Amino acid sequence: MRTDINKISEQSPYMDLTEGLHMYAAATSKDFKTGEWRTNTPVFEADKCKQCLLCVPVCPDSSIPVKDCKRADFDYDHCKGCGICAKACPFGAITMREGQ
Amino acid sequence: MSNQTLEIRWHGRGGQGAKTAALLLADVAWKTGAHVQGFPEYGPERMGAPITAYNRISKEEIRVHSNIYTPDLVVVVDETLLESVNVTGGLREDGAIIVNTAKSKDEIIPLLKGYKGAVYVVDARKISVETLGKYFPNSPMLAAAVAVSQVMPEADFITEMQASYQHKFAKKPEVIEGNMLALTKTFDSLREDLKGAKALVEM
Amino acid sequence: MAIRDRMSGNEAVAYAIKQINPDVMPAFPITPSTEIPQMVSTYIANGECDTEFIPVESEHSSMSATIGAEAAGARSLTATSSCGLALMWEELLVAASNRMPCALALVNRTLSGPININCDHTDGMGARDTGWIQIYAENNQEAYDNFIQAYPIAEDKRVHLPIMICQDGFITSHAVENIELLEDEKVQNFVGTYQPEEYLLNPGKPMAVGPYSVSNYAMEARKNQELAMEASKEVIIEVAKKYKELTGRGFELFEEYKTEDADYIMVIIGSAAGTAKQAVDDLRAQGKKVGVIKLRVFRPFPAAELATALKNCKAVAIMDRCESYNGNGGPLGSEIMAGLYRDRVFIEAVNYIYGLAGRDFTVNHVYDIFSELEDSVVNGNKIEQFKYIGLRE
Repeated sequence: MRTDINKISEQSPYMDLTEGLHMYAAATSKDFKTGEWRTNTPVFEADKCKQCLLCVPVCPDSSIPVKDCKRADFDYDHCKGCGICAKACPFGAITMREGQ
Repeated sequence: MSNQTLEIRWHGRGGQGAKTAALLLADVAWKTGAHVQGFPEYGPERMGAPITAYNRISKEEIRVHSNIYTPDLVVVVDETLLESVNVTGGLREDGAIIVNTAKSKDEIIPLLKGYKGAVYVVDARKISVETLGKYFPNSPMLAAAVAVSQVMPEADFITEMQASYQHKFAKKPEVIEGNMLALTKTFDSLREDLKGAKALVEM
Repeated sequence: MAIRDRMSGNEAVAYAIKQINPDVMPAFPITPSTEIPQMVSTYIANGECDTEFIPVESEHSSMSATIGAEAAGARSLTATSSCGLALMWEELLVAASNRMPCALALVNRTLSGPININCDHTDGMGARDTGWIQIYAENNQEAYDNFIQAYPIAEDKRVHLPIMICQDGFITSHAVENIELLEDEKVQNFVGTYQPEEYLLNPGKPMAVGPYSVSNYAMEARKNQELAMEASKEVIIEVAKKYKELTGRGFELFEEYKTEDADYIMVIIGSAAGTAKQAVDDLRAQGKKVGVIKLRVFRPFPAAELATALKNCKAVAIMDRCESYNGNGGPLGSEIMAGLYRDRVFIEAVNYIYGLAGRDFTVNHVYDIFSELEDSVVNGNKIEQFKYIGLRE
């Protein structure tokens, strides 16, 4: 990573910003913990889940990790708690809880 | 404009090649080492609409980028323009006008709104049909402009045009001879009239 | 040895492009710049250069594709005129703010309406605040020379900004004039190969171009862009000096023609500068102390340099080939006058609007303007602060 986004903040003076605000780096969104914005939290109930994976493609934040064709628990570092997955689940395996 | 610059105005109709003739003249004059300008006055006009093109030719660098208002020479590629366009407007009395027509000089002079300078006529249709089998007024009128202005010696002009046609018509060499003949025939047709005439502008 | 030739302004720019052999040229035809992409595609078809030509469906796309190609790491350019430039408007700012050193061959033409295809500077002046460097040409030679200098300026590390090389539509673009060309090798050595440090198609070194910026970043980004434009001035001068060493030709920010002892100076842009210089020679022969400043670089604007160049004259005529519709004159008039005031140069200054939509500008107009300036200074006759020249009244 050639641009360390941790060294650039909303307080940086203009001299410290990159030319054209280019990011000389990739996948920097991994370091941006949007999970902090969550006001409602999805809860995964594994025993109700049939592994149909309908929840996975509808997640706007790619916060449902899939391994060997099976979903795992949420990536709470990036889940913003929008609740779309809960609506998409036909088996009631995702419920929304108030708060973080 | 300095009097060492020959200024020419061409009047034609869109599609007749007046612009091309002006650009060809710039080209051939450039080859003799002159500074040149060849440019059309552009508009959205299409085939058949009156168009104007210009040449400046000088031994010095040409910096003026305006149209020409007091030309030394006017070339009228289509005689029907004599009615609709003021072709002699601003034309210098010590200059000349060339009209492409089958009419005689005496028939043309009354149509020139009292212009008192030298008048030349060239039957470009006849020359073109005889030499090329079709009506292309371009080559005869270009030759006439060189003959009347005397901007370069006839022999130099012929040599340069030979080379230029060889390049331009590399893929249809059969038309080169006809075009060359059109040039020399035009010079021949004007020879009598030009006896004793001087170059329009001494450079 | 310089190669002597004769070419139209469009041919000259197309020839420069062929010699530079840039990587990508997306373009859409529009009068009077159409011949440039047409000729470049012919060069490509004949194998004389290997630029990737992208035929696009609009100028919005040609500028977008130019930016995309440049970001990918390709030396890119396009050409346009008039409404074509207007349709690029959004992308012009994107190119500049993303610091893309791409080039644009602008053949100046007015904008509607009334609808008209002829020359004035409405298009270029309309884009004056988009963050592009703008360089204007008097003749075909300068259009060629300026284009060869485009990439060495734009790609300089201190700059990284897009550059617009402008010439007057029809007046130079379609006029055949004498020209001196450089050998291909000299052009290629002068321009060099493009080696961007960072670009999108660079395996193992990913980057992002054009990220969204919240307010906390955007103003700082603009400041950096503005500083690059300021820095481009010295780069333009350096490149012009280097080019002059190579060819013996050219000017830096502007040309000062017989201004040293001049009482009256005309500041003018583009092909009309040649006409003005001829008129100055004619008037000098009559003993009039007159001169011309031909502005080459409009962006960055050399305000202080112009104020210094004008400080010893009695009056200046500032010539705008563009109407600003602000009741206050044209863009060149406004900017020079602001510069004069800032540097406390209090001379008589009159802003003239000329040559709109192809209206011819002649040596007689120049005589009239100088005579009016002289009358104002000598006899105290007031001149309107901005006025049209060559208008039927």
